[in-house]
Amino acid sequence: MTVSFDDSQQLLDQVNQALASNTPLRIQGGGSKAFLGREVQGTLLDTRAHRGIVTYDPTELVVTARAGTPLAELEAALDEANQMLPCEPPHLGEGATVGGMIAAGLSGPRRPWSGSVRDFVLGTRVITGLGKHLRFGGEVMKNVAGYDLSRLMAGSFGCLGVITEVSLKVLPKPRLCRSLRVEMPVERALLKLAEWGQQPVPITAASHDGQALHLRLEGGEGSVNAACDRIGGETLDVGYWNELREQRLGFFGDARPLWRLSLPTDTPVLALPGEQLIDWAGAQRWLKSDADAQTIRAIVSEVGGHAICFTAGATTSPFQPLGEPLLRYHRQLKTALDPQGVFNPGRMYSEV
Amino acid sequence: MNILYDERVDGELPKVDKAALLADLKAQLPDMDILHRGEDLKPYECDGLSAYRTTPMLVVLPERIEQVETLLKIAHKRGVPVVARGAGTGLSGGALPLEQGILLVMARFNKILEVDPAGRFARVQPGVRNLAISQAAAPYDLYYAPDPSSQIACSIGGNVAENAGGVHCLKYGLTVHNLLKVEILTVEGERMVLGSDALDSPGFDLLALFTGSEGMLGIVTEVTVKLLPKPQVAKVLLAAFDSVEKAGRAVGDIIAAGIIPGGLEMMDNLSIRAAEDFIHAGYPVDAEAILLCELDGVEADVHDDCARVGEVLKLAGATEVRLAKDEAERVKFWAGRKNAFPAVGRISPDYYCMDGTIPRRELPGVLKGISDLSDEYGLRVANVFHAGDGNMHPLILFDANTEGELERAEALGGKILELCVKVGGSITGEHGVGREKINQMCAQFNADELTLFHAVKAAFDPRGLLNPGKNIPTLHRCAEFGGMHVHGGQLPFPELERF
Repeated sequence: MTVSFDDSQQLLDQVNQALASNTPLRIQGGGSKAFLGREVQGTLLDTRAHRGIVTYDPTELVVTARAGTPLAELEAALDEANQMLPCEPPHLGEGATVGGMIAAGLSGPRRPWSGSVRDFVLGTRVITGLGKHLRFGGEVMKNVAGYDLSRLMAGSFGCLGVITEVSLKVLPKPRLCRSLRVEMPVERALLKLAEWGQQPVPITAASHDGQALHLRLEGGEGSVNAACDRIGGETLDVGYWNELREQRLGFFGDARPLWRLSLPTDTPVLALPGEQLIDWAGAQRWLKSDADAQTIRAIVSEVGGHAICFTAGATTSPFQPLGEPLLRYHRQLKTALDPQGVFNPGRMYSEV
Repeated sequence: MNILYDERVDGELPKVDKAALLADLKAQLPDMDILHRGEDLKPYECDGLSAYRTTPMLVVLPERIEQVETLLKIAHKRGVPVVARGAGTGLSGGALPLEQGILLVMARFNKILEVDPAGRFARVQPGVRNLAISQAAAPYDLYYAPDPSSQIACSIGGNVAENAGGVHCLKYGLTVHNLLKVEILTVEGERMVLGSDALDSPGFDLLALFTGSEGMLGIVTEVTVKLLPKPQVAKVLLAAFDSVEKAGRAVGDIIAAGIIPGGLEMMDNLSIRAAEDFIHAGYPVDAEAILLCELDGVEADVHDDCARVGEVLKLAGATEVRLAKDEAERVKFWAGRKNAFPAVGRISPDYYCMDGTIPRRELPGVLKGISDLSDEYGLRVANVFHAGDGNMHPLILFDANTEGELERAEALGGKILELCVKVGGSITGEHGVGREKINQMCAQFNADELTLFHAVKAAFDPRGLLNPGKNIPTLHRCAEFGGMHVHGGQLPFPELERF
């Protein structure tokens, strides 16, 4: 059953109480991504009562939903109109909310071709550290009035304010979707992906699990069928992409800590201790490894990438540390938007 | 209210000793070109918004990033405002100089540093022209997607500063969607990298924040853009309608059919006639509106989509649907649209181009509103519209030599933008706020929102030396401006003192 309720006044009151008493807040939706980042000490601010789709007009390609709306509910509404969130945000557990999806900014397998969560944000409503409920951006595709604070919210893990509402661009689902499994070594797969990347081949997901390249092709019948004929291989169950997105493939069962490596797309195979699974045609690689953060980050930084630890407690700095002057500007921006430091202090970095 | 910098409402600017500054710059940057004489400064007194001019105190034309670094350090130490300028094609006065400031021209940074086909990116200096990137990528069958209409002249640094758009945004996004990495110099002259060679980077998304920040947070010194494979084919359908409402509904119908066109443009009768007169594109001059719908991609899909869209257009009541029979005709159909601005320039001594965006469903009501305002102000308005993404460019026709017409055109433009805000849209889709729309910002954002914008600015530039007065109005300006727009007897910003 879908519930629609405007609980923003309650959220605003809670923020104002926190500001008055100088008490940090731990902002939480469904808690499905609570394992990501550093632990926050603070009073719980639960966004889940503030929920429901506010407006959705499929022909405008825009949906506006409150932060506490279950992500599954939003996806179901889009599905009914044969549309989708092209960035395929992972749920990573029961009860994932729209607000959590924006705050974590995580995107699924289609990301290199469609864009990230941030790319589909058109507008947000945010409770700021000055105790105001404000609106940035809007429900239009193009909007360059003022600074782009809405896209800044994506991936900020609640450190810059409480996201209460978001407007997202959505797209029609592709007419045809086919998935393939092609046995080939990972080195060859990366070369083929670089080659196809320069051609109009309708790839919308590409992963390599160590044995075989997994591809998804989407678009019109003509282009998808032609590409499948050309690439060959065997038919892959389309459910693979959901298992990959939700980290339910066998690979993720390994007991070692999980790392997400974000790399330039044409990075060759990286020698790292542990097991790897390639996603995003090479731009995102999952690593199961006992190696320490420094070892992993040294190798990844060398090729222009960065590493995030996805296993709670495995390191004290799950997000790759920032250098100067970047860190100083992060602190100054945090102070500008949250002068008392009440929103998720330390979730990303101890200094922010 | 005048939009030129007014210290009474826009804030006091530092008093700069020009002679001492010039001597300092010449001593520390002996090989950098510095313009300081009246006649040399003249060409830089405006950007693409030529109705407004201010002579800068100094113009500097650096050729090496180290020079920009030193310049910013000197300016920071001395407290001198710095206005950055790329090719100077911006339409909102974002590069309008200050009498008490340095105009930093980045146009000489025009080298393409790297085109990497396997990584599908190009790394370029900020003064490289938008089109030059696609030309450099063309041998690999790749291109850079955002194509503002000024793309032969505008620079990528300016595109980043303005978050430039174009006619293909619905499908391919704005500048912000097509960037990987931007290198900047902070107001203190420190180097900082935003984004990365990967698809994301650690920390807050400062790349998104800086894109479209109009040179207020830092100076762009290098840009890495994403390249896309060129679509195999592109086909264009032209549909004529006997009412703009029907044309507007047809746009929604195309999208409801699950098709995202590469480009989807609408023109009204006045623009159609002007363009046809100028370009002879073969437009139906009796139509109240035409739609140009470009479908691009793999040949088989485009062929299917053309048939589908053709059907949708007929069902939507098009009086005529034509598929460009060959590439030459496709280019001709587009030429009419791409030259709509100069075409309108031929039928009127001056025109003023607006840039509001609206939810598409509001189009009929907004066009009616514009038509009523046009009657009220006694000025003609031609409408061209990026129909796919809701970005309208009403062109207000006027004659600057007729006493009071410019002021009337501005007032009419302001009303049109306020109408856009009222229906849930924005005062600017792709041209930026600059100085041009500084007053209308007061209609789009409330005092708390503007206060937060100023706080963001202060986080990067506490003394307000980078492009002061652009993009975000002071609350005092809004109080003054709001004083002229009293809604329902309630004065906006009642807490502020009035001048």
